Amino acid sequence: MRLEARAHISTVDLLRASSGAVIAVLAVAAALVAAAGAPIAQTFGLMWAGAFGSVFALSETLTRAIPLMLTGLAATVAFKARLFNIGAEGQLYAGAIAAVAVGGGAIEAPAPLLFALMLAAAMLAGALLLLGPALMKLWWGVDEVVSTLLMNFIVLLGVGALLDGPMKDAAAMGWPQSVALLGDLELSKLIAQTRVHTGLLWSLGAAAALWALLRFTTLGFDIRALGANARAAAFAGVPVTRTMMLVALLSGGLAGLAGAIEVAGRTGYVTLDMSPGYGYTGIVIAMLAALHPLAVVGASVLVAGVLVGADSMSRSMGVPSYLADVVVASALLAVLTASMLTRYRLRFDRARKS
Amino acid sequence: MSVLDMITTLPFWVAVLRVATPLIFGTLGVLMCERAGVLNLGIEGLMVVGAFSGWFAVFHGLPLWGGVLVAALVAGAFGALHAFFTVTLALSQHVAGLGLTLLTTALSYYAYRVAFPKVNTPPTIQPFAPMDWLPIPVLQQQTPLTLLALLLVPVIGYGLYRTPAGLALRMAGESPQAVESQGISVARVRTAAIVLGSALMGVAGAFLTLAAFNAFFFNMVNGRGWVCVALVVFAGWKPGKAMLGALLFGFFDALQLRLQQADTGGLPYQLYLMLPYVLSIVALIVASRRATAPQALMKPYIPGER
Amino acid sequence: MNAPVLRMQGITKRFGDLVANDDISLALHAGEVLALLGENGAGKSTLMSILFGHYVADAGQTEVFGRPLPPGDTRAALAAGVGMVHQHFTLADNLTVLDNVMLGTEGLGGLVTRRAQALARLQAVALRSGLTVPAHARVASLSVGERQRVEILKALYRGARVLVLDEPTAVLTPQESQSLFVTLRQLVAQGMAVIFISHKLDEVMAISQRVMVLRGGRVVAEAATASTSKAELARWMVGQSVAGLQREAARPRAGTAARLQVQGLDAAGGRVHLQQVSLDIHAGEILGIAGVSGNGQGLLAEALSGVAPRTAGTVTIDGEPLRASAQDVVQQGVARVPEDRQAIGVVGDLPIWENLCAEALRTPTLSRWGWVRRAQAQAYAQRVLAAFDVRGATLQRRTRALSGGNMQKLILGRVLQRADGQAPRVIIAHQPTWGLDIGAVNFVHGRLRAARDAGAAVLLISDDLDEIELLADRIAVMCHGRLSPSRIATEWTREQLGLAMAGETEAQPHAA
Repeated sequence: MRLEARAHISTVDLLRASSGAVIAVLAVAAALVAAAGAPIAQTFGLMWAGAFGSVFALSETLTRAIPLMLTGLAATVAFKARLFNIGAEGQLYAGAIAAVAVGGGAIEAPAPLLFALMLAAAMLAGALLLLGPALMKLWWGVDEVVSTLLMNFIVLLGVGALLDGPMKDAAAMGWPQSVALLGDLELSKLIAQTRVHTGLLWSLGAAAALWALLRFTTLGFDIRALGANARAAAFAGVPVTRTMMLVALLSGGLAGLAGAIEVAGRTGYVTLDMSPGYGYTGIVIAMLAALHPLAVVGASVLVAGVLVGADSMSRSMGVPSYLADVVVASALLAVLTASMLTRYRLRFDRARKS
Repeated sequence: MSVLDMITTLPFWVAVLRVATPLIFGTLGVLMCERAGVLNLGIEGLMVVGAFSGWFAVFHGLPLWGGVLVAALVAGAFGALHAFFTVTLALSQHVAGLGLTLLTTALSYYAYRVAFPKVNTPPTIQPFAPMDWLPIPVLQQQTPLTLLALLLVPVIGYGLYRTPAGLALRMAGESPQAVESQGISVARVRTAAIVLGSALMGVAGAFLTLAAFNAFFFNMVNGRGWVCVALVVFAGWKPGKAMLGALLFGFFDALQLRLQQADTGGLPYQLYLMLPYVLSIVALIVASRRATAPQALMKPYIPGER
Repeated sequence: MNAPVLRMQGITKRFGDLVANDDISLALHAGEVLALLGENGAGKSTLMSILFGHYVADAGQTEVFGRPLPPGDTRAALAAGVGMVHQHFTLADNLTVLDNVMLGTEGLGGLVTRRAQALARLQAVALRSGLTVPAHARVASLSVGERQRVEILKALYRGARVLVLDEPTAVLTPQESQSLFVTLRQLVAQGMAVIFISHKLDEVMAISQRVMVLRGGRVVAEAATASTSKAELARWMVGQSVAGLQREAARPRAGTAARLQVQGLDAAGGRVHLQQVSLDIHAGEILGIAGVSGNGQGLLAEALSGVAPRTAGTVTIDGEPLRASAQDVVQQGVARVPEDRQAIGVVGDLPIWENLCAEALRTPTLSRWGWVRRAQAQAYAQRVLAAFDVRGATLQRRTRALSGGNMQKLILGRVLQRADGQAPRVIIAHQPTWGLDIGAVNFVHGRLRAARDAGAAVLLISDDLDEIELLADRIAVMCHGRLSPSRIATEWTREQLGLAMAGETEAQPHAA
């Protein structure tokens, strides 16, 4: 088998590829549901209902989508410049801890100022965390994929140490959780009696801001050019090092913001299990969105829907909610394959040298 | 107890070997893939799927070595999938690998929960017994898988450096053009390397459930896969140094545990747990500066394009 | 005359509109060296690629030792006894010499590699051919000359009886070249048939018994080496000057100081380094740098474009020193047309208007406080597209969709019609018409001339002598990283140019 470039990319090819991807993912999900002994149609129906079937369901989906949007944006800006930031998980936790450190009552200031400081601290924490691996790549050629991955474990342990020690909530009866955020700093709810909070507006705002940055600013051009063709970008005068550093700060900052928003909007304090892999899922979302900031919004709602729907379905059907993670991972691989197959055709012979 | 006291006891070195074993398998696996020119970031997930499938097979009655074989086969099959994505389709090796890790991890957890929906304490099996019959003290308390790992190092070294297939594999990672110009298919060589390497990663996972512990836990791999990727760079892509790197890592891991136990109220235990990961990054920095990676690593080769 | 060991008949090969080989026939006998001579693009490498199975010819057959050779089959060519030493080595740097030689000679299923036997055989081959290389050394540690020896040994190890060497001395020092010739003579005495591809007349005269000259894909001459001369070969190689009819009278220099002045420039490259390059170009003048590609022209262009670092010497524009970074160089009024438009000239995935504005985006004309002035930028882009007749272009279309000619027009447009309205002071055009059709070539030439007439100092680097003769007011020749003194274009004869390009340093002006 080998690849051969297609001469023309028709709309039919695009449609075939996308539908192929969707069918593949549904097939995998169906097979898994069947393996669990559950009725396929009913299971899928419950997933849908659990995600989008009622106002409450939708609110749960949107709540889950909020941090995913931000980690998705973090991955988007980084991958756009070919800086493979896999450390969003750790950067999220760092942002969360920084938010609580500032907003947990240790600092006296009027609420709006404190709120701004809290967000800034969270973004700074995330940004600095990614700066290390970025510099390591620049100076010593260390592959940032491995260094950011390993940092995730280090950060999580560090947060654990802080939660056991200086930032521990003494009133939490032994559970390792941080002191709570001051009530004034918590984000208010968007819809009464649901969990969806104004963090959604922050996430949407971040998506719009990133879109505008990439589309309308010189930095945005530098980032896109660098990621598309570093040599040509350098030739045209793009400042390579400076751009890369700014990308690292942006990406880490967005992931850190995700942590702060989660604390301020959903949990109120930091625990070690507050992120079930949002950092990693963000990468999948970025790829599904083909690295378009506005598409990240849609992709994160979709993925959040899968996660929430599976949780809800799992409670009544007994099919493990890990189904959602399988669906998300399969979707990533399917979309990658489909997008490759729109540009290349698979041939089943040896290369003819003509 | 001083550090010197700690490291001169037999139980210390027993622990070192035990920690190092899955890392030896895993690092050898990554080494095989990368020597052929392909990065396999599916390792973390392949270790999970190996851990689960091996244990599951034994739970259902297979002998322990049967479980190891199942782990190797299942991981190898997923390795073939990775080869399809990265070699045939020439997708981004980073993203395909991460996707594979996410997929195999999720599949393993899903299968586990389907099989055991209501249990809270993981069901156990009878793991490998220590090799009492061996005359070497530090190996007596190890399981046969450790012996296998140690023996595999020279075997893989031999395979890579002293067989024609090994030469073709190394060439595929250095100069695919040279391989194609001799009429050998780079795609086939790389696919074979990835499948074999992935099988080794599966065995690394199986060690955790069939020897080190006796049950399958969530999060049991805990980043060991990524450590292996770092160790390969540290090892300069050589099997012998890979073993040394794994042993070194085991040394520091066993040491941090003992330091933790000896620390009567000073540093939080998490700082000790961090040590191995921090060291991995340090090893990566040290090695990257002088690294001679296989020249064609991560460059997809599309035959016919000159 | 004994039967030819290699016979290629009527070989024709087209790549699209380009006819790379046009009905070429050659015969090669045992114990002889046939030199294949020609400029870049004459068709030598294509012909040998066909022989070796990398390409399939559109017409013609090949016979080796009397047996037809299956086309497009490298293994068959190897088995038939054809060995090739490419210009770009196919060696794995991190592996040993023995490893590189052994690859592919044993079946992959073997459990044991017969290393000892292979080593013995390699040493026997090395002894017979007089090529000594340390068998266990890593290729990365070898000099270029030694690496070439490994390539030759690879061929000999596999029992090659026809050896093809593609520009073998391009990468060698004079001493290494001598060494190579000794080896070749020894091999030939043992019955080897050799095809020696080169553009260096000295060597062709020294090593070959027969010479075949290619030009434009055709065989233009064939002779016994003893019966021809370097001058004659040079004439055959570069052909008659066609530019004479269209060339304008050479323009006299204005008495003012030079616009672009380069003194003693050194720069480090991969294979070739710039050594003490000096030149000057006045406003309203085109300096053409002729020479075979790979002699440092690219490095010179990069050094003057703010892409490659300069290690010694001075460069000034109108007296002020040329700055180091690409962005600064552009701001100083340097217009750069790079050699590889697709890989370096444009970012293919970005829309056309962004590539048009790429160099000027960070200037106050097209952006303010980091915000792109989109309307102005797109209006500017639209003006350039119209003024430079870029076909098939809309502002938002992916740049990679443009044809080569239109992409080149885009690049020309953005550097000649700058966003800030200033005319460029210096233009560095590196192979500006490479790969373009006649219409695009004429367009580029016209624009370069117009820019020159408007007062720019133009540095034109090209390996196409016709182009140089057509456009340049003055010509200098680059060889081995050194630049000859420039002379008024009309003072150079074709023969002198050919000789200078081939490395003959004694090019004296003489009455034609």
